[in-house]
Amino acid sequence: MKAKKRFKGLPKIVTLAPVSIWLLLLIAIPLIYILVISFLGRNSNGSIRYSFALENYQKLINAQYLKIYAQSLLIAFFTTIISILLSYPFAYHMAGGSKTKKVIMMLLVIVPFWTNSLIRLYGWKTILGSEGILNGLLMKTHLIQQPLQLLFTMPAVILGMVYTLIPFMILPLYASVEKLDHSLLEAASDLGAKRYHAFLQITLPLTLPGIFAGSIMVFIPALGYFFVSDLLGGGNNMLIGNLIKNQFNISQNWPLGAALSIVLIAVTILLVKLYTKVGGNIDDLGVA
Amino acid sequence: MKPMVEIKNVNKKYGENHVVKDMNFTIYDGEFLTMLGPSGCGKTTTLRMIAGFEEPTGGSILVEGESIEEKEPYDRNVNTVFQSYALFPHKTIYDNIAFGLKMKKVKKPEIKERVTEMLSMVQLEGFEKRMPSQLSGGQKQRVAIARALINRPKVLLLDEPLGALDLKLRKQMQIELKRLQKKLGITFVYVTHDQEEALTMSDRIAIMNGGVLEQLGTPDDIYEHPKSKFVADFIGESNVLEAIVASIEDEKLILNTETGKVIGKNADFQKDEVVCISVRPEKIRFSETEVKGFSLAGVVKEHIYVGSFVKSIVVLPNGHEIKINRLAGDSLPPVASVTHLYWDINQITVMHSKEHQNYMLIQNIDLGGYQ
Repeated sequence: MKAKKRFKGLPKIVTLAPVSIWLLLLIAIPLIYILVISFLGRNSNGSIRYSFALENYQKLINAQYLKIYAQSLLIAFFTTIISILLSYPFAYHMAGGSKTKKVIMMLLVIVPFWTNSLIRLYGWKTILGSEGILNGLLMKTHLIQQPLQLLFTMPAVILGMVYTLIPFMILPLYASVEKLDHSLLEAASDLGAKRYHAFLQITLPLTLPGIFAGSIMVFIPALGYFFVSDLLGGGNNMLIGNLIKNQFNISQNWPLGAALSIVLIAVTILLVKLYTKVGGNIDDLGVA
Repeated sequence: MKPMVEIKNVNKKYGENHVVKDMNFTIYDGEFLTMLGPSGCGKTTTLRMIAGFEEPTGGSILVEGESIEEKEPYDRNVNTVFQSYALFPHKTIYDNIAFGLKMKKVKKPEIKERVTEMLSMVQLEGFEKRMPSQLSGGQKQRVAIARALINRPKVLLLDEPLGALDLKLRKQMQIELKRLQKKLGITFVYVTHDQEEALTMSDRIAIMNGGVLEQLGTPDDIYEHPKSKFVADFIGESNVLEAIVASIEDEKLILNTETGKVIGKNADFQKDEVVCISVRPEKIRFSETEVKGFSLAGVVKEHIYVGSFVKSIVVLPNGHEIKINRLAGDSLPPVASVTHLYWDINQITVMHSKEHQNYMLIQNIDLGGYQ
């Protein structure tokens, strides 16, 4: 590829300075601060005690917290699986569609983003609540006698997660299906493969990187999107994200919250490492 | 000869775009047939219709006398070598070649035996465990051929298979492909835009232009007797002159060109008909004096020595340049001198002027120099 003619206007230091300062002030320094306070203690009045301590990390391992981790992982896991199952056919059709179809489908994915996700989740509340639209409809058609407990359940949280996070699955999947060389499918068909064989033998393996990328983009936020479980899960479905939020908010235990955050970051890094190890391209994640 | 593929009145339209127009020809068993033409001439589309990737808008295609329209590509007894090879990037060379047999549920020991046989045929023994990305272009090409041939197709379709290779490798692969085709006796249908490749490899060449079959014949036939101006221009070098039939004497055509009288061989031409004369550069001869029947003269512009022969350019009074190739050592008229040109009437081609050459008629009448 021919390299673009280098833009010779401003020196590097000027062009890179704003973004560097931005990253330093808003990402690097806060992260270092979190890392540091995760190793500090807490005074009884809630203020931070400036002496080295490992107590925060020790506190992370207790039965109640382990239950929350397990629950959180379970929700993230189901969110990811359901997202894959819903997104794959969508992305597949989008990649194979005409230009207009692509634009329309892309808009369907993106337009909901123009509304704040909290507002959209409140929408689900009115649908799922015991006095909500869905229960009302089922009652009216006499399919049920009593309103079902839909809201404040784990499925409701998973539903909200899938609803919020599905674009992050669709987009990388779409990119990987789109990239697939159509002549490979023709070759498979030419060599005697029926449609589903061609799919299993060629399409699926070659779009695995997209599935991995999407899974990471969905799984990780699903561990932390506390507002989804706040709104749709009530107090019953705590996530790691809720736990962290509570430490900073209600319990005023910043060091413990910091330690939890560090663990979550470590898990994230581990997953991304795993992803690149199985052959994924880090650029496909849209994060670096 | 047994017909293997019959293309009958095949048409292909993409909306308003008519890519293949009333295509009609037969490919015989064991033949190496090349579809040759510039890009957009419909050659690849025709090939893809035989393979089953495209459906004809009209007409039918028969393989071994059987219509194949209803058959999906995976049901057809033809295999394709793709332009970009289309090797499965996530499968080893072994699995790539074995793919067709696996789809047909052939037993494992037999698959192994046949893959090994194929690998040795394309001289890639020991490459079983490699991935396609670890191979060079030429090696990928061989794998693509082996992957198609392992299914023992009746017809092998090749879509510009050597296009991505460098010149030296391409020449080598041309010879190998031809050798392979002779050895296996499989019908090859080959698509290329490279006339030299077509001339070297094919038993017969189908020349296409704008979705129309211009001429179908042996390389020799097409080179020596082009049926249209397009073919004469497209295959090899040629001088094309427009002329009007002045008179017909037995088998001789007396022709008036814009700059002089020449003669050609008659074949159902009529007096006053506008024709095209195609003369290969090596068929034109120099003379110091006028040769009987010819009054075509020009000024020698230059001689270019290219090893075994000399390329000369003679400029006619109307500015038209005539290319002439003579063997090195032939006596040549000096540069800037006036020379007379002539030829053996059996070595040139006179063609009916087709509709796309009609503009010449108007031009010629305007000149009014033919009576």
